Amino acid sequence: MLHWKIDVRVWSRRVVAWGIAMAAVGASALLAAQAPQQPFEKFTAESGESLPAEPLVIGAYAFVWVALVVYVFMLWRRIGRVEQELADVTARLAKRQ
Amino acid sequence: MRVANRLVPVLLVIAALMYARAPFMVDAAPIESTMGLVQKIFYFHVPSAMMTFLAAFVCGIGSAVYLWRRSKTADAVAVAGAELAVVFGLIVMVTGPLWARKAWGVWWPWGDVRLTMTLVMWMVFVAYLLLRRFGGPGSEILASAVGVFGTALVPFVYVSVNYWRTIHPSTDVVSTLPPEMAWPFRWAIVAFLALFTALLTARIRLETNRVALEEAYVALED
Repeated sequence: MLHWKIDVRVWSRRVVAWGIAMAAVGASALLAAQAPQQPFEKFTAESGESLPAEPLVIGAYAFVWVALVVYVFMLWRRIGRVEQELADVTARLAKRQ
Repeated sequence: MRVANRLVPVLLVIAALMYARAPFMVDAAPIESTMGLVQKIFYFHVPSAMMTFLAAFVCGIGSAVYLWRRSKTADAVAVAGAELAVVFGLIVMVTGPLWARKAWGVWWPWGDVRLTMTLVMWMVFVAYLLLRRFGGPGSEILASAVGVFGTALVPFVYVSVNYWRTIHPSTDVVSTLPPEMAWPFRWAIVAFLALFTALLTARIRLETNRVALEEAYVALED
């Protein structure tokens, strides 16, 4: 059973934690962007044209399918859970009246 | 809405069949002369971006109607649109760097306007969902304003490749595709549209039931 009363302290801590995490991500991205660039880089297989395209293409398509299947699955579970709970609460309301 | 809910399984089956066929069509499409094989990410990357824009517009229109009329249906539509903008936006921002790593030699060029603006727009919709989840009572009004601002970014993201310095391909690419590339691309767009419609309908249904559940709990406590 879900609790629908909001504990302001708990949620405010979570919001602050989220804010700190997002700020940390932003700051690290900014620092990475401002880091001094190396004028010359040693040639490696990964930096040249020899980087294979197949794993990137397969990875991209696999990610799309996995992300969409996971989202569809999660959405259906949420719909089922909420509808079940709604039916229970509605039945309790009808019984009380 | 009941008819739309009945259409969801049909649309999901159509989308699944089209997604299953898509790789064969993409494989048969010609290899692009400059970028080579990695350009084939385009066939899922661009339709995902289109769905992100569409979801953002759905959220923006729903939010604007909610701010104007306080319609619960419009609010449910806005929430559904925001969530789909985040899901499809995530796909865009994962498939894009995979393409960029081979084509440009970097995963994410931070100086590129298109990429940075897309990230900012995506984060606005993440902020919308966080507001709805943790904002407490009354946050739907503030979230609606955030949704409208997020949607206002869409035209800027779209035209950014034509007006600002960027290495991202311009918007002309789609309209000038040769027929052998255009056919699998259109196929992918229809597959994404079918899935998008099914997911949007299902998510609106979830949000409507969630609000009804909250009201039922309030009635039970009174």
